[in-house]
Amino acid sequence: MTQRKLPKLEPETAAYWTSGADGALRIQRCADCGTYQHPPFPHCSTCHGESVSPEVVSGKGHLASFTINYEPWLPGLPVPFVFGVVELAEQVQLYVFTNVLAEIDAVRVGMPLTVQFEQHGDVWLPMFREDAA
Amino acid sequence: MTLLPEKLTCITGAAQSEVGRPSKRTALQLTADACLAAIADAGLSPGDIDGIATYPGKSSEGGGIAPVSPSEAAAVLGIEPRWILASAEGFSHMAPIFNAVTAIACGLARHVVVFRSVAQAQARAVSRASTLMSGARERVDGNNAWTVPYGALSPINTFALYAQAYFAKYGATEAQLGAIAVNSRANAAHNANAIYRKPLTLDDYLASRVISSPLRLFDCDSHIDGSTAIVLSHRDAAKDLRNPPLHIEAMGMAVGGLWVGRHEGDFTSLPAAHRAGRMLWERTDLAPPDMDCAQIYDGFSIHVWMWMEALGLVPPGEACRFVEGGTRIALDGELPLNTGGGQLSAGRFHGYGHIHEATVQLWGRGSERQVRDAKTCVISNGGYGYGAMILRRD
Repeated sequence: MTQRKLPKLEPETAAYWTSGADGALRIQRCADCGTYQHPPFPHCSTCHGESVSPEVVSGKGHLASFTINYEPWLPGLPVPFVFGVVELAEQVQLYVFTNVLAEIDAVRVGMPLTVQFEQHGDVWLPMFREDAA
Repeated sequence: MTLLPEKLTCITGAAQSEVGRPSKRTALQLTADACLAAIADAGLSPGDIDGIATYPGKSSEGGGIAPVSPSEAAAVLGIEPRWILASAEGFSHMAPIFNAVTAIACGLARHVVVFRSVAQAQARAVSRASTLMSGARERVDGNNAWTVPYGALSPINTFALYAQAYFAKYGATEAQLGAIAVNSRANAAHNANAIYRKPLTLDDYLASRVISSPLRLFDCDSHIDGSTAIVLSHRDAAKDLRNPPLHIEAMGMAVGGLWVGRHEGDFTSLPAAHRAGRMLWERTDLAPPDMDCAQIYDGFSIHVWMWMEALGLVPPGEACRFVEGGTRIALDGELPLNTGGGQLSAGRFHGYGHIHEATVQLWGRGSERQVRDAKTCVISNGGYGYGAMILRRD
């Protein structure tokens, strides 16, 4: 995909989009109650504490759902591609959106995934591929 | 039951402008057309209107999604409102109606016109990209930042995730989903204001191109130019007007994490829509079997299944089987659905087509698409934020 529209790095989101610089995925977690939350917020929406910070996670999960997009929305957007939502291993219903890097015929709900970053300037997009392990 | 604000409020008039793809009339003209016709339909004159509200307000972004402000509309209608509102939050299209209900119940206004105008066909004629979620900025921010970088430039990509998860969990089929589009098109054939009226068969549906699996072209609503206006009145002022008052029997509303990118549940339902549904039925003695027809939001066909289950019209996982074959949702079925064609065939009015169609049915104006003896209708609006309403005629 050559024509990606990149995310703006905002105070609450920059840590997520730049986490891959050292090869690790980070998800915001509350030090008080231990809850992960994504998208990140300025405080914990479970216990309302402010001790939230990005924490390294395994980068593993499974594919909660997916779609194969065939529509070339913009010139230069290669299709088809797989848009999916990953439920991360660390917590029930802790979801991140992604592209699944796989043959479209091989994609299925529930497939195990692992993160792989794709760098575009100051953004490291978390992508996911099948976790063979 | 405590006296609820909606019990003090009635719908007394409704109208739609012409619908174009594109229209030659400007969004402001279309707005005035709809508002003046709705006010006249109620048996009122513009000078009687003391409140005005709209979803969402005015913005230069979004490709004609928000072309007219309530202040502009008030000026062009020549009215002097004491109460005015633009409500964009959470994509809860019904929010200005719910707020108008409370304004009327509190005595801030007596007759309120609520309008929803769209000019997306005009915008798309200039730029196909104008309605994409990527926006005009160099980089994407807010909610869209979580999806657009992954090529998900349309809401269809997000709701396709819901459709796929639902298919996987409940074993639903493409033919079952196709029943929604086929039913809508059959009803649109009898609606002169619908944009797509040519018959659609299930085979046509299954042969149409996939946009974002499992959703196809005919699972998507279509951008239009047009305006819908609804007049709400205090019940004491409603009884002497031109139309039999349509009672707002109950209303329900909710927002959920979807609007901020935080998804709840397992993608097979819209949990916040279920909260709106529970609120709705808590406020009435009526129950789902009492509904004579249903106007259910269909930005994408999959919304209809999600909403039918959220409203308790069918149990979770059963919407796919309920609509299969189309018999039970047809005009003469047990729950006539989207009787004017919904958004899939009548155009993207963001829920106001559904509200308008409910008034058509309850006032007996449906002609060939009239549901026999329709006295009650349940309506739902929204994909990201959720509103539901029951209208009832004596």
